[in-house]
Amino acid sequence: MSQKTKVIEKEEVVIRFSGDSGDGMQLTGTQFSDTSALFGNDVATFPDYPAEIRAPQGTVGGVSGFQLHFGHTEVNTPGDYADVLVAMNPAALKANLKWVKASGTIIVNEDSFTDRNLEKAGYDSDPLQDDKLADYNLIKARVTSLTKECLKDSGLDQKSILRSKNMFALGMVYWMFDRPLEHTEEFIESKFKKHPLVVDGNKKVLRAGYNFAKTIEALAYNYSVAPAKIKKGTYRNITGNKATAWGLIAAAEKAGLPLFCGSYPITPATEILQELAARKDLGVKTFQAEDEIAGICTAIGASFAGNFAVTTTSGPGLALKTEAAGLAVMTELPLVIVNVQRGGPSTGLPTKTEQSDLMQAIHGRSGECPMPVIAASTPSNCFEYAYRASKIALEHMTPVILLTDGFLANGAEPWRIPKMADLSPITVPLAKEGDDYMPYARDEEKLARKWAVPGTKGLEHRIGGLEKMDVTGTVSYVPENHQVMTDIRSERVRKVANFIPDLPVKGEENADVLVVGWGGTYGHLTTAVRELQKEDKSIALAHFNYILPLPKNTEEVLKRYKKVIVCELNDGQFAEYLRSNFQDIKFEQYNKLQGLPFTVKELKETFNQLLEEK
Amino acid sequence: MADSLLKQAAPEKLTPKDFKSDQEVRWCPGCGDHGVLNSVQKAMALMGKPKEDFAVISGIGCSSRFPYYMDTYGFHSIHGRAAAIASGAKSANPDLEILQVSGDGDALAIGGNHFIHAVRRNIDMTILLFNNEIYGLTKGQYSPTSKHGMVTKTSPFGTIEQPFHPAELALGAQSKFYARSIDTNIKLTSEILLDATKHRGTSIVEVLQNCVIYNDGAHSLITDKNTKEEYQLVLRHGERMIFGKEKNKGLVMGGNGKLVVVTIGEHGITEQDILIHDAHTPDPHMHWLLSNMTAPEYPVALGVIRDVAALSYEEKMVQQIKDVQAQSSIKCMDDLLNSGDTWEVE
Repeated sequence: MSQKTKVIEKEEVVIRFSGDSGDGMQLTGTQFSDTSALFGNDVATFPDYPAEIRAPQGTVGGVSGFQLHFGHTEVNTPGDYADVLVAMNPAALKANLKWVKASGTIIVNEDSFTDRNLEKAGYDSDPLQDDKLADYNLIKARVTSLTKECLKDSGLDQKSILRSKNMFALGMVYWMFDRPLEHTEEFIESKFKKHPLVVDGNKKVLRAGYNFAKTIEALAYNYSVAPAKIKKGTYRNITGNKATAWGLIAAAEKAGLPLFCGSYPITPATEILQELAARKDLGVKTFQAEDEIAGICTAIGASFAGNFAVTTTSGPGLALKTEAAGLAVMTELPLVIVNVQRGGPSTGLPTKTEQSDLMQAIHGRSGECPMPVIAASTPSNCFEYAYRASKIALEHMTPVILLTDGFLANGAEPWRIPKMADLSPITVPLAKEGDDYMPYARDEEKLARKWAVPGTKGLEHRIGGLEKMDVTGTVSYVPENHQVMTDIRSERVRKVANFIPDLPVKGEENADVLVVGWGGTYGHLTTAVRELQKEDKSIALAHFNYILPLPKNTEEVLKRYKKVIVCELNDGQFAEYLRSNFQDIKFEQYNKLQGLPFTVKELKETFNQLLEEK
Repeated sequence: MADSLLKQAAPEKLTPKDFKSDQEVRWCPGCGDHGVLNSVQKAMALMGKPKEDFAVISGIGCSSRFPYYMDTYGFHSIHGRAAAIASGAKSANPDLEILQVSGDGDALAIGGNHFIHAVRRNIDMTILLFNNEIYGLTKGQYSPTSKHGMVTKTSPFGTIEQPFHPAELALGAQSKFYARSIDTNIKLTSEILLDATKHRGTSIVEVLQNCVIYNDGAHSLITDKNTKEEYQLVLRHGERMIFGKEKNKGLVMGGNGKLVVVTIGEHGITEQDILIHDAHTPDPHMHWLLSNMTAPEYPVALGVIRDVAALSYEEKMVQQIKDVQAQSSIKCMDDLLNSGDTWEVE
């Protein structure tokens, strides 16, 4: 019985689990992050997996990773570099070594380092035998054989035994960071409740891993990360996609309308449709359409018929929905189009993140066809921005594009659960029986027309894609009327600016450099800027959630700073957009197109350089 | 709720005129669409439903101007997508009576995918399919139902494409209701529309329609005064498949699995030998044979060819939601937000 070894207090730790895409690394990572969140740490996660469900085994292309960052202080990113890497095979080591901190800990499954696997991973020699890993704290564990040994009398078949080896690795890491096993044990019991042998097997292997780490000398100490000091309240872990789905349901409930989602599965947006499909208990109607076009068209039909309608997609799907999005603009029907951006163009990098659909969202339709564009910026605030997008769509009678991205969609973080009573009300401009109804009569504040739902007596009317006469809504080819209607459609979107908050700035009003970002890069930008501010650097951050229209104080904010640098995961689309709006402001750019989030390190280097240039 | 009770309490007697909008009808003089518009207005007046319960939803094409001429709720959408838009509208609001208007190009070319999937799902609506075998609005290009070899502006040397038989496509998509009429036969079209509305699920009503400008006479064998009775077989469930000017022709099943036209009184054939139409049988075999008959070898089948009972998509959708709601402990968003793993931070 070994003593509890030396405990080292740490502010924050980054762990990366990696293995073959069938090794259960996503589940392992999720378990660790849930356990840490329940323990009271602030957590941010980043799953990084191949598009293939079972990519070629043992190859670098088939490696699935899950990175998580947990801390005693506020955590805004999944972390740039890992303190601990778990590599279940040589390919995982090869793919991820560059993400391990100097002198970090690497746990490898020694059994998997066979000649065959080393060759598949592209190693000329065994990295465990030469000195390539000398700078790291290398822990070699015979995970496969220990798991087999542990379960030899379990009654489980060989395949099931091998599948539980991820629990061994998880058990080891639990010991290293002094985490309780109960949450994962309960999870195993519930997940495999129909297979008691599997429950027993997995629990046994989890404990075996935990005890193994406790026993071996390689781990001379374990770490402790104390709970974070976070705001009082009830918390849960949530991914961006789930938060988006829930924000939409919350808006429907608040507006008193049934929620309809017409959608077609597409990575990385599919979980939103899945989550909504599971919520029949809340009356959600999901319609898995025959294609992306039918996804938005069924939603437009549902909106015409009086439901709060949404459609969810990713970049290529948004392209397919383009014509119908124009119909929604023309008919002035409420609709939320969620675009979970991924690497493009074309099929591109379906499981990777990017921000390259911004111009498509702003301009990508035929004709003069404006609609509000909003972007969420953290996994959990996908709820808030889905709700706000819905509120704008319903109150202003317009389609709205909500942009998230693969990083937000799959990432998770603890979230302080809101109360429905605290959310702002949503007032839908419904026309009522007895109204003197004109389809294109409008209110002054928002220029929103009224929504006459079929079934309402006396309000029978026709809408459609042809240009309509102002007020009366009959088909019109009158030249002056087209000008009037075009101006109104544009003015309607501009007026949304009167209903959104000002752009907030983090940092001093007279800082030397203003960092500008939008959407899912918030965590990395905010961490980089905060760290530089701690180093007394003169730097501030303005991060946008409202893209079209821009907040009313945008120009005033941007003009205050000598140097403005726009950072985005594309080739400069937001920078271009800002330039077209504010021609006398000079915008520097920092762009990255690798299917990966920024690292805090590269951002700090870039900002330091800009700060030094006089 | 109160609204629907009121409707039941005081049903209005409506006339076809009540369904006419104030918009000028802009189809070409002599276009078959005029007749179909009259048929629809006549049928709707007989359905006993208030005007506000109807939604007419169309795509793009000559016939898709239809909603503007109806004093109901209407949606003139985009090319090919009407079936999808109508599917969403019906799922959102199952109380609506939806008439989805499409042409052969709209429904079977650009909108082919939405057409077959609406049928497969069996969403309760009537798809009024105007089949004139030509693109009219774009001024005369061949359509997916144009006859092989037809000369049009985009096939100056004749088409080299095989045409769709809309019924065959529909049956392949598990259609439960298929009927066919002719633009000029307002009585038959209205009668079929009433049956189509009663049917729960997707009802397809194909109307053989004449484009006087770009494909005049496409259906002349079955519409011409002198030949029509020889080439029209109006099917009615439970009745014998008899046709012809003298009412002496009929269909029997041949030994090779094909239908055969016979004459009563010749070769010992009596009325008792003629097949009886069963629209309600789920087996689509006979419906396939009937709907694929073409003149002059056969008469063209009109009337309700297939009418098989089945639950509609939105009925199942509503039921599933009710079942899940009865089982679930999550009754509102606050319940959901606080479900599963949560923890308190003091």
